[in-house]
Amino acid sequence: MTIRFTKDHEWIKLDGGVATVGITDYAQNALGDVVFVEVPDAGKVLEQGKDAAVVESVKAASEIYAPVDGTVLEGNAALGDDPSLVNTAPEGDGWFFKMSIKDMAQFEALMDADAYKSFTEGL
Amino acid sequence: MAMNNQGRDSTPHSVSVTGDLVTFTGNKALQQEEALIFELDNPGAVGVDLPKPVTTTTRLSGLSPRAGVGLPQLAEPDVVRHYTRLSQKNFAIDTTMYPLGSCTMKHNPRLNEKMARLPGFGDIHPMQPVETVQGALELIDQLAYWLKTLTGMPAVAMSPGAGAHGELCGLMAIHAALDARGESNRRRVLVPESAHGTNPATAAFCGFTVDTIPAEENGRVSVEAVKAKLGDDVACIMLTNPNTCGLFEPQIKEIADAVHAAGGYFYCDGANYNAIVGRVRPADLGVDAMHINLHKTFSTPHGGGGPGSGPVVLSDALAPFAPLPFVVHGKDGFALVEHAKDAGDAQPFGRLKGFHGQMGMFVRALSYMLSHGADGLRQVASDAVLNANYVLASLKDVMSASFEGPCMHEALFDDRFLKGTGVTPLDFAKAMIDEGYHPMTMYFPLVVHGALLIEPTETESKRTLDQFIGTMRHLAEKAKAGDLAHFQAAPRLTPRKRLDETQAARKPVLRWVKPAGSNPAELAQAAE
Amino acid sequence: MRYLPLTDADRSSMLATIGVDSVDALFRDVPDHAKLPGKIAGLPDHMGELAVERHLSRLAAKNVTASSVPFFVGAGAYKHHVPASVDQMLLRGEFLTSYTPYQPEVTQGTLQYLFEFQTQVALLTGMDVANASMYDGATGTAEAVLMAARVNKRNKVILSGGLHPHYREVVETTCGIMGMDIRAQAPDWKNAEDLSALLDAETSSVVVQTPSLFGHLRDFTALCDAAHAKGVMVIVVVTEVVSLGLLPSPGSMGADIVVCEGQSIGNGLNFGGPYVGLFATRDKFVRQMPGRLCGQTVDADGKRGFVLTLSTREQHIRREKATSNICTNSGLCALAFTIHLSLLGEQGLVGLARINHANAVTLADKLSSIKGVSVVNDGFFNEFTVKLPKKAAKVVSKLAANDILAGVPVSRLYPDVEGLEDLLLVATTEINSVEDMDALVRGLEEVL
Repeated sequence: MTIRFTKDHEWIKLDGGVATVGITDYAQNALGDVVFVEVPDAGKVLEQGKDAAVVESVKAASEIYAPVDGTVLEGNAALGDDPSLVNTAPEGDGWFFKMSIKDMAQFEALMDADAYKSFTEGL
Repeated sequence: MAMNNQGRDSTPHSVSVTGDLVTFTGNKALQQEEALIFELDNPGAVGVDLPKPVTTTTRLSGLSPRAGVGLPQLAEPDVVRHYTRLSQKNFAIDTTMYPLGSCTMKHNPRLNEKMARLPGFGDIHPMQPVETVQGALELIDQLAYWLKTLTGMPAVAMSPGAGAHGELCGLMAIHAALDARGESNRRRVLVPESAHGTNPATAAFCGFTVDTIPAEENGRVSVEAVKAKLGDDVACIMLTNPNTCGLFEPQIKEIADAVHAAGGYFYCDGANYNAIVGRVRPADLGVDAMHINLHKTFSTPHGGGGPGSGPVVLSDALAPFAPLPFVVHGKDGFALVEHAKDAGDAQPFGRLKGFHGQMGMFVRALSYMLSHGADGLRQVASDAVLNANYVLASLKDVMSASFEGPCMHEALFDDRFLKGTGVTPLDFAKAMIDEGYHPMTMYFPLVVHGALLIEPTETESKRTLDQFIGTMRHLAEKAKAGDLAHFQAAPRLTPRKRLDETQAARKPVLRWVKPAGSNPAELAQAAE
Repeated sequence: MRYLPLTDADRSSMLATIGVDSVDALFRDVPDHAKLPGKIAGLPDHMGELAVERHLSRLAAKNVTASSVPFFVGAGAYKHHVPASVDQMLLRGEFLTSYTPYQPEVTQGTLQYLFEFQTQVALLTGMDVANASMYDGATGTAEAVLMAARVNKRNKVILSGGLHPHYREVVETTCGIMGMDIRAQAPDWKNAEDLSALLDAETSSVVVQTPSLFGHLRDFTALCDAAHAKGVMVIVVVTEVVSLGLLPSPGSMGADIVVCEGQSIGNGLNFGGPYVGLFATRDKFVRQMPGRLCGQTVDADGKRGFVLTLSTREQHIRREKATSNICTNSGLCALAFTIHLSLLGEQGLVGLARINHANAVTLADKLSSIKGVSVVNDGFFNEFTVKLPKKAAKVVSKLAANDILAGVPVSRLYPDVEGLEDLLLVATTEINSVEDMDALVRGLEEVL
């Protein structure tokens, strides 16, 4: 299992050909209480850096970008009932969607955990 | 002597009680708790007395009459008390200074209300024969004359229902004008990042793409930044002037000229027109279209969120595309053009609203204009700007003004003065509530961090401003002195303390439902 | 000047505090060519109250008011009696001069009545949830069409020929610019159209009106079933909201969105505005709704309170991705609506609706008895279509000259459609006495 991070604070975790995407603890902290999440339907084709999902706090709506090209396999239905999972378990049960990856090179080019840590420290 | 020994004490008791008083009712004397109207249901009571129907025959094309609706029943005294109590839970211009930047909360003259209620305006139907509403059409024509004369613009579309609706009108006129020019490829709209949210929303609504222009360090938009974005796909620029930082755009004419040279139009967001009315004519700035919020500049009441009215003045280039309906001078008095075929050479882009516009607001606005006259309206802008600058000058040593120099009708501060105190602009605003002030606009415009935008308007006296300034200085010093808890607990003296907006959004409860099992509405609807 | 509290002495001392010698110095960023040296020419100077009253009263006196003559004009706006207490409450400064309730601690009054208003609208329409109002019924209808397109991501809308032509035009203007494919049906004055046959997999929504422009009634249950089977949303428009006291609710027929013009309750005719659009839908579509929403929550002490909520749909947060650009709505007209409806209550609303209908039944029979005049409708609420032996526009003009406002000629709404010239829309409400009706009958007999 490998995890990578984007500069827009998404994480993507690869496990046996299936990638899971969510937002980082840093991001959920900055957003505040999440009140609504819109996840993509299975089958949606994603393009790296383009809108994939929406996360809303009381005062802001933010787009979640696809970290890499690929196709959505599953949206996290649990977020519909309990969007607070994004706050309580951003890198666990609060995941947004699972996807297949089209181009592994895009994945490999993203930041690893150490690189992301020093990236956020510089913000 | 004949002595009345029933005399009562005429001096207060000298008892001292500490701690908050908890009452049996939850009321606090003048501050009454009030249930929802549905919870006050008094089955069998009526609030109106109606005659019996003249016949019980129905002719409903086979539909069964509805079994019921589920509304509560109350007699008039209970209804009047309910709404009176609710009213007492509101701040209003009538009760307190309301320095909401960008919203222009000025005094609402009651003469305007009286005039709008004249039966000759309030009790006429939009589809009456035009010969029976000549005075109404004349009023619209007079108001249009005032708006055109004040702005220097040749035409005005009267029907938009509010400012954002006026923006829609202006952008639709631009859309139609571009189509008529055969330049339907122009679909990009330039919007500064300081713009009101309605600007990009309106542009997107009309099918345009939004291209954001960054603000300069000094809060203005530069002609260079605009020029860098111009091209043959640009439809227009949407610029607020004075802008949302409360500053006049000094390069506005150059920007207008550059946009025109590139084949685009200049839409001016007139939300802040109150700062320049009578002193500057938008026509002299190169404007092609500008909406005028009658509920801001011309004092029609905000009414807790409307109704507004947003007539749009138009340049010669856009005037032919103004929407239906409109008033014209006919051979037998005033006429109403309701259909494109009657519009002569004009090419109206369509219709924006059910009838002819916000007549009730037109009457109020004209009443205000007549009251002020040309001399008074100029004084309105002067005093609005003077009041804002007085606040700015009196607070800039304790709060952080975002930009150097004078402002127009509103003074912009940011949260640098709160740095290190732990107090946020929101906390600061909530502490103002306990002091009896409605907060200023916060976190807007987006171009400065933690914006605090104060618009006193011209209808506040110097005495009120001095008291407000004193309060703000006191709070700023209190924040800097480290009294964080005071701010975080605020407001404490309101009918409700800070509300849980997270809960409201996560599990929306958007209507009342009678506790399970006994809801007459559900029963009624099930019976249908 | 009576609305400006600053005195010259105040102004001087304030300028000194600011550190400039004149107000002109504060306008330094205005380009020189645009600085006006003095007041704008061509406009009068300020006036006292008396002079303003004289001026405006003179204009008002030139209009024929609904209350002063036998009055039968409808077609989307209706003259009803509004109890005195409605306007008295409306004039309370705490309502009249308050702003949009963005600071909930100091606007619980506005927020609570909006919550009550939303509930009343949901009950009336038979829907789950309603917003805090739109500008009017016509703009609300256009917003409903756009909302349906967001929900099912389809582009075609079918507009019934019974829909008020102003509403059709607003939809054409507003949704047309968004590139929607709008299929407006021919005026359905005979109540004969079959919209089910037009539905297909590209259709986003179908818009119907009840009672229709011509006053016809229909049960839309079958249409809703057919539409839902094809993924089409049904938008039901009601321009006479008092009818909901008597007719089955659109929600009970299966509507997905209901839009009403709420003017009839609490609001005067006002020559067309301001009015109040009611907008209701099903729970599952709430995040695609336009406009403000008020929701219930608790405060820091756990007490019930109200806030504006789900505002991430709105323009001030979502900007170009907002569901609508609407900002200001019809707050005060919504207040008038909700107070009047509270006074009416269950009995009052149902009673009022029955009186309106009874008057219409009575008037229809009286008009049918005139030679050459026939009532087109077999059913109606308080408005119906009459076929005259002459051009309706001319008849209406002649009657107006005799101080009778007889109704709206259909040709005023459809000037380009042939065969409608003899049709007249006649509305009657509780304000019409039997004497008014007889005056209309006599008037018609004279001019026909």
